[in-house]
Amino acid sequence: MTSNRRNDLLLVAGFAAAVLALPLWAAPLGAGYPDLLQRFAIYGIFAIGFNILFGLTGYLSFGHAAFLGVGSYTAVWCFKLLTVNVLPAVLCGMVVAGLFALVIGYVSLRRSGIYFAILTLAFAQMSYNLAYSVLTPVTNGETGLQMARTDPRLIDTWLHGASPVIPSTHLFGIPMSGYSGFYFCAVLLIAAFWVALRISRSPFGTMLRAIRSNQNRLNFTGVHSRPYALAAFVISGVYAGLAGSLLAVTDPLAGAERMQWTASGEVVLMTILGGVGTMLGPVLGAAVIKYFENIFSAFNAQTLHHLFSFLPDPVENAVVGLLGLFVGEGWQLTLGVLFMIVVVFLPGGIMEGIERVGRLLRRRRSDGAQAAAAAPAGPAHGAAPQPNPAAAGSRNPAAQHARGAA
Amino acid sequence: MDALLLQLLNGLDKGGAYALIALGLTLIFGTLGVVNFAHGALFMLGGFCAVVLHKLLTISKMVKDTSVTFFDSYKEVPYLTLWFGEAGARVIDYAVPLSVLLAIPVMLVLGIAFERGLIRHFYRRPHADQILVTFGLAIVLQELVKAYFGANPIPVPTPDALTGSADIGAWFGLGGSITYPWWRLVYFLFSLGVIGAVFAFLRFTTFGMVVRAGMRDRETVGLFGINIQRRFTVVFGIAVVVAGVAGAMYTPILAPDYHMGMEFLVLSFVVVVVGGMGSLGGAVLAGFLLGILQSFASMNEVKALVPGIDQVIIYLVAVAILLVRPRGLLGRKGLMET
Repeated sequence: MTSNRRNDLLLVAGFAAAVLALPLWAAPLGAGYPDLLQRFAIYGIFAIGFNILFGLTGYLSFGHAAFLGVGSYTAVWCFKLLTVNVLPAVLCGMVVAGLFALVIGYVSLRRSGIYFAILTLAFAQMSYNLAYSVLTPVTNGETGLQMARTDPRLIDTWLHGASPVIPSTHLFGIPMSGYSGFYFCAVLLIAAFWVALRISRSPFGTMLRAIRSNQNRLNFTGVHSRPYALAAFVISGVYAGLAGSLLAVTDPLAGAERMQWTASGEVVLMTILGGVGTMLGPVLGAAVIKYFENIFSAFNAQTLHHLFSFLPDPVENAVVGLLGLFVGEGWQLTLGVLFMIVVVFLPGGIMEGIERVGRLLRRRRSDGAQAAAAAPAGPAHGAAPQPNPAAAGSRNPAAQHARGAA
Repeated sequence: MDALLLQLLNGLDKGGAYALIALGLTLIFGTLGVVNFAHGALFMLGGFCAVVLHKLLTISKMVKDTSVTFFDSYKEVPYLTLWFGEAGARVIDYAVPLSVLLAIPVMLVLGIAFERGLIRHFYRRPHADQILVTFGLAIVLQELVKAYFGANPIPVPTPDALTGSADIGAWFGLGGSITYPWWRLVYFLFSLGVIGAVFAFLRFTTFGMVVRAGMRDRETVGLFGINIQRRFTVVFGIAVVVAGVAGAMYTPILAPDYHMGMEFLVLSFVVVVVGGMGSLGGAVLAGFLLGILQSFASMNEVKALVPGIDQVIIYLVAVAILLVRPRGLLGRKGLMET
């Protein structure tokens, strides 16, 4: 237990160090600018929260973008009505998204499996349509909600008097754009990661895992499992609300397209791509997808021609023509292909890939050590640690999920 | 009364489209047990079959315009009209119905290729994985279409003889206030025809009988020495063809663009769930029901009463039905319930 706790502390410390140093080591990748880093952090939070529901509890929701959107709208309203300080906005975003998740979760969790996915999808699509058209007084319809000079901003007006311009968001005077904005999101990301880790290590987390592996059996033993699932749903909703309000913090604008079901699909992709049920996976997945979205979409034919200028002309044109499909406007094609490849060949996502590579290296090293220790390597070779398929399967949450469902 | 009947009619073509997509989805659920999120993209591909055929038929050549005598003028004349005159022009005019003939082989080949190359490896994987891989496929398909055809909707004209509206009121002696566009009527009849054909195929052929038996108990059928896998591949192909022809015939109603599949996909999943997963009859029933409900909800009187109801009616109904009848309208017990 103590060693577990120490490992967790190490994990959080390493994670925190990696996130805080992100501007340093992302710069060579071309991602060292604060706007993109902020997105990494925000969508990381979103994916961590989603993973509590999907990875830990085994409920695939296709409607989580609704909570992201609700968080955004709440935060912008908070800026408009109360103050441009971001703290109340973030708190309100989390609370309102949590309450919204409570209502939707209460209804949707009466069903499971594919029905649950469709129910959440239906609710999210309904929220999207409502935000887009009916609730225009609240959401400002297709234009999107933004701050205006005439907003009351009660607390700000009371403290500093009316402002002649639209003030920008801040945290007690620290501006929320550029690197200070990124560090605000990064600290919240680390906190979110730590909370998720505590949840997954707690008895409550064990209960959630039990729900995933076999809910029927759990119910037969007399456990009323739905409140636990509902709690997981609400927690992931709060995470989504936090992410949504942070989106509004960095750019005080909320639009209905944030709630569209493709946005819900995106967070599912992030989680799967990184590794369902792992702690680091969702953050990695979010970072990879946001990286693709921002870097690949900025490539154009000219950059490609520049890159491949060493090739003979006809070959260069062919290569550029082919690759041109995958970058710039068509970056989503890369995403789709990547996605299929990951689901087909690497069901555990990036984390499983890392683990496989790690196992391969370890085996090679131990093979080498054994060969050096004992010259007649005949029997020792047979005893070399083979990857045990059962063990690999149990470490792979997707396979476990399959066994639970079977 | 007339207004209600009109709305009933208005829902029919949309209901037909929903029913056709949902029918294919359900067929794939019921036989392969696969949740196919690429089905909307296949509907979209069908629409682009019509676009391609129309483009192929109208390949044209610059010809001197003899009607202008004062100065030199050129106009584009399709080769078909050049070679076959009036008959060629007629063929071009009927591009949309003809595109069904193109869509059937194309979609069949695509469907079988997808099943062989991709879907088959996902039978035993969790539904989440199936959803993800087919979602990835859908993204790939729509991005390829976008790369080739661009992002704007491409309209394909209705055949001249079928533009305009039918005076349905007069047929039933109800006065002249009920008219309905001919093409929508054609689409409705077409969807009924396709649905009937699929049902007849499953009901009256030996092949269909085996497939139905396989839907009930795949292993026992396999024990009889029947290669159920191959038949399921064909069924997948048929489901894809149904989605494709539904999309091809829908082009005059809604000009196809690359992301129309996603919109139809969400709706048709709702339709499938409302109808009862795995129930073909339920899918058709729910398709027409929801299509008609949607058109009722878009009446101005209803919208004045409950603003925005047209946007959310389908989802509201879906949620209500799922909570009251968890298996959907005609769902069987024990299918896809965990």
